[in-house]
Amino acid sequence: MEFLLSTGTPVEKFIVMGIAILLFVAVMALVLFLTDRPRMPQWITVLAFLGPAALLVVFGLVYPAIVTMINSFQGDSGRDWVGLSNYAEVFGSPALRVVLLNTLLWVLLVPLVSTAVGLVYAVLVDRTRFEKLAKTLVFLPMAISMVGASIIWKFVYDFKPTSQPQTGLANQLLVWLGFDSQQFLLTWPWNTFFLIAVMVWIQSGFAMTILSASIKAIPDDIIEAAKLDGVTNWQMFRSVTVPSIRPAVVVVVTTIAMATLKVFDIVFTMTGGNFDTSIVANEFYTRSFVRAETGIGATLAVLLFVMVIPIVVYNVRQMKLAEEQR
Amino acid sequence: MSQATTVPDVPGPAPTKSTGPRKLTKAEQRAVDAKTRLSSPWASVIAIVIAILWSVPTLGLFVTSFRPEIDIRTSGWWTFFGDPAVTWANYDAVLYGGSTNFIDVFVNTIVITLPAVIIPITLALLAAYAFAWLDFPGRNMLFVAVFALQIVPIQITMIPLLTQYNNWGIVGSFWPVWLSHTIFALPLAIFLLHNFMMDIPRSLIEAARVDGAGHVKIFFQVLLPLLVPAIAAFGIFQFLWVWNDLLVGLVFGSSPDVAPLTVRLADLTGTRGTAWHLLSAGAFVAMVVPVTVFLLLQRYFVRGLLAGGVKG
Repeated sequence: MEFLLSTGTPVEKFIVMGIAILLFVAVMALVLFLTDRPRMPQWITVLAFLGPAALLVVFGLVYPAIVTMINSFQGDSGRDWVGLSNYAEVFGSPALRVVLLNTLLWVLLVPLVSTAVGLVYAVLVDRTRFEKLAKTLVFLPMAISMVGASIIWKFVYDFKPTSQPQTGLANQLLVWLGFDSQQFLLTWPWNTFFLIAVMVWIQSGFAMTILSASIKAIPDDIIEAAKLDGVTNWQMFRSVTVPSIRPAVVVVVTTIAMATLKVFDIVFTMTGGNFDTSIVANEFYTRSFVRAETGIGATLAVLLFVMVIPIVVYNVRQMKLAEEQR
Repeated sequence: MSQATTVPDVPGPAPTKSTGPRKLTKAEQRAVDAKTRLSSPWASVIAIVIAILWSVPTLGLFVTSFRPEIDIRTSGWWTFFGDPAVTWANYDAVLYGGSTNFIDVFVNTIVITLPAVIIPITLALLAAYAFAWLDFPGRNMLFVAVFALQIVPIQITMIPLLTQYNNWGIVGSFWPVWLSHTIFALPLAIFLLHNFMMDIPRSLIEAARVDGAGHVKIFFQVLLPLLVPAIAAFGIFQFLWVWNDLLVGLVFGSSPDVAPLTVRLADLTGTRGTAWHLLSAGAFVAMVVPVTVFLLLQRYFVRGLLAGGVKG
């Protein structure tokens, strides 16, 4: 048993991985074999198919979420009840108010800018000769880890005094244009905007892909009818393209907003939340795991949860509406 | 999401030799439109600027990863093209250097990723089968509940989960990482695979049932072959997500024996934030596998995105 828990060499790791997979396969096979007898009552089959997933989800999502909600009303030791004082601290302390404000900036700007860029780009490259390559270029950041993306952009923002040769592209451009080089990640609120740019860079490809697919699904006759009316390209974009793909736009905006709320890699990697760049997801990590302030950490996690709810509810309602219209 | 506008090329009234304009098919017409649109100078400028902004930062870091350390510190990567000096030293240092040793964390990432893709997909397939083809009381309510669980940000689950793993004495091994990735993937996986399954004609299942096939037989012999593209789509999705994950790795797998690439890389930016020769090479070591998978299997990945994102 000890062997399964502590692995040193790569070979040991792969062996444990193999054991894990085999174990899983064996258990699943046994369950299915036992339940797949003739005249087995239906509920046993349901239990066999649904049970494992349900068990995991209840153990790993439902129960911990409830515990965390309870923890948010307790002190850091997790014994004493402190009522709403954690919440009061989150909304009351100036440092945490900046965190909330930053989070708001993130969740407003990332979805809007990513969707706008994705939409414009999708329209511009639609059915051109370079469409495939052009789309891959913008979509590729989705495959890179956010840590990788953060390093890429940290390098773009790299700072050297104006008199020295620049190594960061952004500052080199500034110097070429006759400005002084800047410490992009140092001054609030600009640093937050520069971090947001990284998330926009990652998410635009997602927006472009979904929107491009729905642009292509616009029926030809609508486009032709508009063309017979002699509309310009801009009018076509505004009065035909955008209204036709509105449901897709809603889905894209809400999906990116949800992803943005929970993301913490960019802030963690690029600034570590210093210089007033922290956001709720990052602050949660710092408080819970670095500073062992589990009460505040739990409160931040609950706030994250509360902020996601309306976005999801809106998303679901839009989806239902779209389904009814079909 | 079919957008193939393959309108057959209707033959004109009479294929004369005249040079008169042939009637274009709709697809061709749209291509022509696109061309006129792009011939507007502003439109092309915007498209090109976006394309550059989205590729040059990566290119810059990539070029950097092959430059000698001293060059990286003293000049911008764009000067490389005037005076190219190439070295493998950065990759050597990152992969085999005592303090970085990316080979080990590379292995960790593979060991984390494979089970974390296989296990949730299998479990989700079974659950999706139950939701799609088995009748039981409360089915719809349960399905909505699973869908709704996508709301739960994984942050909210972390401390209680960590407490449990601690109680079981499995912290510091791969098991908490596998288990956590599996749990966090399930709601979306069940939802997406269920959507795909509902597209399979009901008559197919019923025919098999009349032939006396049990659920397991139906699942493996009738459904599974039809679901391969869907499984591939979600598999790539989950693969990229796990491979690129930082938070789960950091919280449940931060012990050096288990830590994935992303954790080591993030660590490097914290402790050696200006060691660009290590950071650039390290970033590309971490990128090689997901970018390759992505470029090769892009089609399936997009399929998965579209199935989850928009329907119609």
